[in-house]
Amino acid sequence: MPDAPWKPVADAPLVESAVLERVLAAAVRRGGDMAEVFAEDRQLSGASLDDRKVEELSSGRERGAGIRVVVGETTGFAHTADLSEAGLLQAAEAAAAVAREGGGGVRTVALGTRLARPPRAAVLPSTVARARKLELLARADDVARSAGGEITQVQVGYGDSRRRVLVASTDGVLAEDDQVRTRFSVVCIASGDTGMQTGYESVARTMGFELFDQVDVDEVARTAARRALGKLSARPAPSGEVPVVLAGGSGGILFHEACGHGLEADHIVKDSSVYVGRVGEQVASPLVTLVDDGTVAGEWGNYAVDDEGKPAARNVLIDHGVLTDYMWDWLRARKEGRQSSGNGRRQSYQHLPMVRMTNTFLLGGADDAGEIVAQTPRGVYVAKLGGGQVNTTTGDFVFGTTEAYLIEDGRITEPLRDANLIGNGPDVLQRIDAVADDFSMTPGTCGKDGQSVPVGCGQATLRITGVTIGGTAA
Amino acid sequence: MSELLDVAQSVVGRARPGEGVEAYVSRGHDTEVRAFSGEIEQLASASSAGIGVRVVLGGEDGEGRRVGFAWAGSLDPGVVGAVLDDARDNAAYATPDPHVALAAPDGVAPVTLDLWDPAFSSVPTDEKVRMALELERMVRAGDSRVRQVDAADYGDASVEVALASTTGIRATTRRTSAYVSVSAIAGEGGESQTGTGFSVGRSPTDLDLERAGEEAVTRAVRMLGAGKIPSGRFTVVFDPRVVSTLLSVVSSALSGEAVVKGRSFFAGRVAEEVASPDVTLVDDPTDPRAFGASAVDGEGLACRRNVLIDGGVLRGFVYDSVSARRAGTVSTGSAVRGGYAGTPGAGCRALALSPGELDQQGVLESVGNGLFVQSITGVHSGVNPVSGDFSVGAEGLMIRTGALAEPVREVTAASTLQRMLRSVLHIGADVEWLPGNAAGQTLAIGDMQVSGN
Repeated sequence: MPDAPWKPVADAPLVESAVLERVLAAAVRRGGDMAEVFAEDRQLSGASLDDRKVEELSSGRERGAGIRVVVGETTGFAHTADLSEAGLLQAAEAAAAVAREGGGGVRTVALGTRLARPPRAAVLPSTVARARKLELLARADDVARSAGGEITQVQVGYGDSRRRVLVASTDGVLAEDDQVRTRFSVVCIASGDTGMQTGYESVARTMGFELFDQVDVDEVARTAARRALGKLSARPAPSGEVPVVLAGGSGGILFHEACGHGLEADHIVKDSSVYVGRVGEQVASPLVTLVDDGTVAGEWGNYAVDDEGKPAARNVLIDHGVLTDYMWDWLRARKEGRQSSGNGRRQSYQHLPMVRMTNTFLLGGADDAGEIVAQTPRGVYVAKLGGGQVNTTTGDFVFGTTEAYLIEDGRITEPLRDANLIGNGPDVLQRIDAVADDFSMTPGTCGKDGQSVPVGCGQATLRITGVTIGGTAA
Repeated sequence: MSELLDVAQSVVGRARPGEGVEAYVSRGHDTEVRAFSGEIEQLASASSAGIGVRVVLGGEDGEGRRVGFAWAGSLDPGVVGAVLDDARDNAAYATPDPHVALAAPDGVAPVTLDLWDPAFSSVPTDEKVRMALELERMVRAGDSRVRQVDAADYGDASVEVALASTTGIRATTRRTSAYVSVSAIAGEGGESQTGTGFSVGRSPTDLDLERAGEEAVTRAVRMLGAGKIPSGRFTVVFDPRVVSTLLSVVSSALSGEAVVKGRSFFAGRVAEEVASPDVTLVDDPTDPRAFGASAVDGEGLACRRNVLIDGGVLRGFVYDSVSARRAGTVSTGSAVRGGYAGTPGAGCRALALSPGELDQQGVLESVGNGLFVQSITGVHSGVNPVSGDFSVGAEGLMIRTGALAEPVREVTAASTLQRMLRSVLHIGADVEWLPGNAAGQTLAIGDMQVSGN
């Protein structure tokens, strides 16, 4: 689906422009380089089925505004759930407290015409009957349980959210976005002589209920069940350094952790990334072209404008192994006298924005996925990754498997129990020696400094010549 | 406080005949200061409030009851009314379940805990700013090899909660907390290593900046020169901070809800030996030293001391009202909820191992040779409380003849939680209450697989 065009909007804004202008003027009355109002209205609904019962339907609503005032190197921030002019002025006053030593004076703030894009959802989830959502849960439960008698428990989750945001600043920014997201997940537990194992699968996209025209919940349920069942007969993962083949769409979390976080400009500006000062250098195998792209319609990390009002963009981070640029938000870009790359995001109006990834992916290559496995005499094949974690300063990162197999004589053989793999970003990126043409994306939730945001990760089947796997087998 | 309870009771008062209603109302205020390079990078201060409502329908016809939930980040009278309506609508769609019920008073009186520092709100912002700046300065000056302090934070929060229900619950609780945390980067040549330090308390005056700073510096500097080691089987000694995280993972398998739903490796093992005889594990939120201390739980019942593992033998689980009914028992006062936007579930708040006799040095000496782990990564991706599979990234120092030796990084430590509990060799006497739901103390575990090169 191509992005809808920008157009002037007529519906009621979260906050009227005239009010925003007065609040921004008040925020910089005692000085300040920039003031910004971020207003948000978020509605969520969810349903979960557990132990064969629809246990809980929930719905929630949150609205409010976060106001920041930047004075030199210092940011003052306050938020309020009161979107009236009085509420906003009070928050502006609190945020401006850091500006007490500033010069100040009367400043006029003039905002331009409101531009916005309609929500890119064909079917707003709020218009879908609850019963229809519950049918999906029951169906997934049935399908998962019919996968085998060893499936002893199934948990199915559905959730949707609509997030309207408005950003206005003394720089003249006035932007709005209307983000609709829908997700569905299944967790299965299989029990056998060796104990219990879990299998998980989820789909999540930045769209409405039409998600279920595109994905088959039966398939989601079957996949989760297959993962749990497969691990009942799994052997302990090996230990030590082994060649690893990551399946296309297995999670893409490798790049998110191995270099994504380390390329966020807040870590660069603070000299807490292993990638500081390396633009123009070969930091990865020539097979690696890494892109962060918030414009990919429908992907989990998609938006029209970021939480600082900057339009989402496609940014090439690594081009054929050469580091080309970092990701930027307003604050860090200002320090370097450049423009934000559209990566300023925040969990909610109660949080300050910071540099975050959107949809981060490795472009596909020319190799054949089957051939990559066939040409790996011995190693580990990772069909699905779980989460990961990185220390950006040292570059050391881990990522967990949730479906993995041994590769023996170029063939995928026995299933392995879950384990973490550990490596060092720049080192592992150099060790990628094959990239296939079977690219696909997966959704995830990225946590940083206490804030969670939805992101997409993508990659084709690829091979790392050696990485340390943390199993219990010697 | 009383106005929060008034809000909760006004919602409960609007219950229709035969309907169960529970309202959870909370209000909080927090401040965060971040220092960087001798200046204040961020100063945030804000209040928030919200309500979560559960409605329970049915039950008279023996068909079971249905529960629905709704929440809002506002205490506006109009919004609060809409939340009750939403919860009622949601309830109509749930599957009838005879075990669904709101908590009812059980006669256990809550202990009196002093978790509120009345002087808290009178600490001026300037003093908070001073603490963040001072912490950063101390770390930068702490060692010539510290080349960056990427964040030095001061933070505090006050939270007040009121709960009321048609079943007779009426409870209030409030707490204050403050912390400082700092992250140091030590460098030598082209190499960098990191270390963090923190201090927590009920009040800014409880905080020990010096200790937090020293911790960050020591942890970063002692990792300089770290490398991988060959894979092998090791006795692993975990730092108290890591143990707090490990106990927190174990706690999810001790949740009665996980047990009744067949999601715990402890299910069906009560009265069996599940751990080394040295292991006694107790959840006691009535201990005021615990970070998670609380007089009442997330359903308004009194928190109480629950012995979960005694001398290595599994004694029981923690329950909220619904999981207790499913299990045919009663709530242990262990309902936990993540604020107004979350529903209650069964969980631990203040888990701790009964201390042993040795301090950390004593444990290292007893172990002789092994690996000391100061921090772990990948807990959410590599530790599974259902299967018990355990695999984490680790960094720390070798233990040679009872003393810390060369630093180690980029390795993993693996086992299963079941085997680790049975392989406990020493439990430290150094109980430390850390943020989270479990205390930390030094812990030595035998025969773990360490994977390196």
